[in-house]
Amino acid sequence: MIAKLAWRNIWFKPLNTILSIVLLTSSVAIITVLVLLEKQFEEKFSSNIDGVDLVLGAQGSPLQLILSSVYQVDAPTGNISYDSAKVWMQHPFVKKAIPLAFGDNYRGFKILGTTPDYLEKYGAKLSEGKLFEKNFEVVVGSEIAQKLNMRVGDEFFGSHGDAIEGEVHDHYAYKVVGIAKETGKVVDNLILCTIPSVWQMHGGHEEENPEHGEEGHVHSDAENDLTIDKPGMEITAVLLQFRNKMGIIMWPRIIAQNTKMQAASPAIEVNRLFSLFGVGIEALRYLAYGIMLISGISIFIALFNTLKERKDEFALLRVNGAKRMQLLKLVMIESLLLCVVGFVFGTILGRVALVLISNASEEDFKLGFNPYEFIWQKEGVLFLLTITVGIVAAIIPALKAYNLNISKTLANA
Amino acid sequence: MIISAENITFSYSKEQLFLMPNLYCSAGSTILITGDSGKGKTTYLHILAGLLKPTTGKIMIDGTNILALSESKNDKFRGQNIGVVFQKSHFISALTVLENLEMASWLALGKKNTARAITLLQQLDIARQANKLPSQLSIGQQQRVSIARALMNEPKVLLADEPTSSLDDKNADKVIELLTSLSKEYKAALIIVTHDARIKEKFINQITLV
Repeated sequence: MIAKLAWRNIWFKPLNTILSIVLLTSSVAIITVLVLLEKQFEEKFSSNIDGVDLVLGAQGSPLQLILSSVYQVDAPTGNISYDSAKVWMQHPFVKKAIPLAFGDNYRGFKILGTTPDYLEKYGAKLSEGKLFEKNFEVVVGSEIAQKLNMRVGDEFFGSHGDAIEGEVHDHYAYKVVGIAKETGKVVDNLILCTIPSVWQMHGGHEEENPEHGEEGHVHSDAENDLTIDKPGMEITAVLLQFRNKMGIIMWPRIIAQNTKMQAASPAIEVNRLFSLFGVGIEALRYLAYGIMLISGISIFIALFNTLKERKDEFALLRVNGAKRMQLLKLVMIESLLLCVVGFVFGTILGRVALVLISNASEEDFKLGFNPYEFIWQKEGVLFLLTITVGIVAAIIPALKAYNLNISKTLANA
Repeated sequence: MIISAENITFSYSKEQLFLMPNLYCSAGSTILITGDSGKGKTTYLHILAGLLKPTTGKIMIDGTNILALSESKNDKFRGQNIGVVFQKSHFISALTVLENLEMASWLALGKKNTARAITLLQQLDIARQANKLPSQLSIGQQQRVSIARALMNEPKVLLADEPTSSLDDKNADKVIELLTSLSKEYKAALIIVTHDARIKEKFINQITLV
């Protein structure tokens, strides 16, 4: 009955209530989005660098090299000579070296020349078909297969470079021989083939477009079926995993000093990226806490103001047999109801916002977020924080109700 | 005697001491407390209702010394045994007329007595307003709802503080008639605090505060 009265009371002054709820909702929503985004973002970024100690690539921005070769979200820094890369790939320190050659795209999805080790590194098993062996055989990532409805046996032509509108390479068709299982990592959004496929695809038409020589784009002039052993070819980057951890520290300097290549550490670059993001996320977080503080003040003011007009009501409740404690409870429950409603709306709104963000980032970066994930620990803390705001905001009004002098109130009314 | 008050003194400050006359009232009868403003009429009523603790004295209601009760027992006793009608009607504005009455029984007895609320509203001829908010009623109707609420828990004592002062003659008559007839019907002692001359001529038992 007290809870019912509290519920009726908060809706008796709908404007005050809506203001408080809107403020609470927005702060909870912002924090929810941040919590989910941060966790899922870090998970995605961290899971993709598992097993990559260094990335060998052309000179330029190390962050760009990592973003392009590990996350497939940026343009590559350029090409490196496969022959000179091999020297490092075969070094005894190296446990595994996965070469990457960026090729064309199919409807905006990158076609990446590599070795089957790449699939293995991401733990991507095949759900259908077999691995690529011959040139122009491709394994398609699970998300592409789903979105473009591709099956084993399908054939398609790639478009040049990484723009969907690029020139169509119609002299060789790619053939789907396998479809990878979902991994939640970048490989879901890639089409994988052998490195010689990429070389061969661009062989010959060099003369038709002599002026085009985009960075990070592998070309060759051979006409026959190429093999990986062909000398004088270029690739885009190499993902290196070390047997001897010394290499991780030593190599970036050695390579920078002795070759035209660079070796960048994904862990360092990703940390750098996070610390850049971190400033923004931190600022947003403070903003959200600020809004929560304001919503607390708004609840306090609303309760405090109505207390004045509701003195008579409280006195009346006491005359009818209500105990002091029940009045205290009434005020507390009113405040907590606002907080719970605000929290529920905020949690929902935050997820709606995440769906929108996810749709946009999916389109731009092939990076999706899961709005249905609940991070119980952090969101639980957020819930407790919201409740605490409610309790703190209600303390003074509740104590005033508790200490109300009934006789004086009624005599002055 | 259903209610008796003896040797009541009260002071808000050291300079001002109220000496309240003794009061005895049996079930179904009426006593008027009159006197000029500032003589402590409302104070006396609040003391009788257990809303104020007097400095000295003893108040027995149906065999219970209410001044000896703890605060929460006093709240409970008041809810169950004392009905109060105020000069200006107070309501819980977010609740309907019917819910206001139900609240009175819930606070005192722990359960909603909807049937009794409807009976009382019918008796007071305001059953049709049951689902309206109190603020939508006229002042006369509001005062009748106050009476209904005061009678919700079949109180032993019905206290009325200037119940007619904001009403016109017609409504004042009606309210006084309802208070007396209902207190008789429900066997409650009725104590009315007033300076309203329209009422004074109707009652014989009067205590005047000086």
